Amino acid sequence: MLQGWGDEILRGLGMTLVVGLCALALAILLGLLGSWAKLSRSGLARGVATFYTTVVRGVPELLLILIVYYGTPTAIQSFASYLGHDIRVDFNPFIAGVTTIGVIYGAFATEVFRGAFLALDKGQQEAARAVGMGRVLAFRRIVLPQVWRFALPGLGNLWLVLIKATALISVIQLTELLRWSDIAARNTRQPFTFFFVAACLYLLITLVSQVVLQRAEVWANRGIRRG
Amino acid sequence: MDAETLQALADRLPRAPVDLAVIVESLPQMLDGMLLTLELTAVALAIGFAASLGLVMLRLSRNPLLWMPVYGFVFFFRGTPLLVQIFLIYYGSGQFRFELMEVGLWAWFRDAYFCAVLTLTLNTAAYTTEILRGAIRAVPHGEVEAARACGMSGALLYRRIILPKAFRFALPAYSNEVVFLFQATSLVSIITLMDLTGVARTLVSKTFDVYEIYITAGLLYLVVTYGILGLFRWVEHRWSGHLREPPGVGKRPPDPLAGIATPT
Repeated sequence: MLQGWGDEILRGLGMTLVVGLCALALAILLGLLGSWAKLSRSGLARGVATFYTTVVRGVPELLLILIVYYGTPTAIQSFASYLGHDIRVDFNPFIAGVTTIGVIYGAFATEVFRGAFLALDKGQQEAARAVGMGRVLAFRRIVLPQVWRFALPGLGNLWLVLIKATALISVIQLTELLRWSDIAARNTRQPFTFFFVAACLYLLITLVSQVVLQRAEVWANRGIRRG
Repeated sequence: MDAETLQALADRLPRAPVDLAVIVESLPQMLDGMLLTLELTAVALAIGFAASLGLVMLRLSRNPLLWMPVYGFVFFFRGTPLLVQIFLIYYGSGQFRFELMEVGLWAWFRDAYFCAVLTLTLNTAAYTTEILRGAIRAVPHGEVEAARACGMSGALLYRRIILPKAFRFALPAYSNEVVFLFQATSLVSIITLMDLTGVARTLVSKTFDVYEIYITAGLLYLVVTYGILGLFRWVEHRWSGHLREPPGVGKRPPDPLAGIATPT
């Protein structure tokens, strides 16, 4: 049925997962930083974080990908030539894709973590400080292990949306699942077959992720009495 | 502003390192693109919302022959990327060209505009069905029982009790869906439609002013996105009037003794 394109599709699936996981890691990092900035006492940090989430949520993902992939190198080049330097900058589609998706979903992760930090029991942090833990130690021992419990449902949703957003990177020619399906569809002249296979594989990722997320939530809630 | 004043304005702006002139020159075309973006959003939202009202009734039915197909439809359209759905319908229909010709539908499926509207409509219908399902199930059961006790049933019950309450519950999630769909219309530029993103991509390939044009387009999207969100916030405010205290209640006149320590 796949006329020998099965292994390319599978390689594409692998690439989609790698891009998705790298972007998720970046998004979590940016989300922790962003929520820390949003909850900080410094007006500047709050302002920067609010600007970041506002811009990212107001502009379509596709346009952001185009801006990062095509806009950044040209911007650097034209400013360099204005200053009298002639340089050529090329962006790797993998890096550009991971960066853009990571930055976009970092804005959503910021809101997830902000809610999670606010849901933590303040008294525990005060108690940790009272028994002599420093801020870093208290964050590592008391805050971080618990914040996952509140952040996990939000992060799970974020992952499910993020993995679908990686399909957009096919526009900048990264050979992930949709790009390979597109190539196979053109070569075999069976577009429906191959895009349908791609759709089913995305559904499979969603299904497997949901099972894993359920397990992860059970794990994160271990030791918590319900009700 | 007519074309001449725009050109005169553009001539007075710098061209390097940031080409501000090209932004002014291309603004009319970009606004045309925005018009198509808004049109696609409005058409898909209107049909999608109407369809989801029917779909959610089927989804809530106890008959598996009714709810299972809707469940599958919602699962498919929420679980796959919109771009795959667009390709599946626009390019995928080519695989059934002769079958579609026989039933006279090929002329429709060859048209990128029709395929774009169809995909966006199905997509938003799936998401909206799920939003409405959650909202209808959130309507307090006591209110439904009370309405039944008063003799309401079927359509009357839905029209008078369930739907008004459910719409109010659904509003925050639905405003997100509207913004999502508005931004998602940018994908139709990939199948050659000249929406705002499509116009921006064409302009970039002509002028090579990459970031100037893309960032201007981004700002236009940004303005409309927050306009939509503001509109929904206003509607939410209007629809929750009965939950707020009337103006003046709850506000007490300032205490003249405020700040003065009371003797104990």
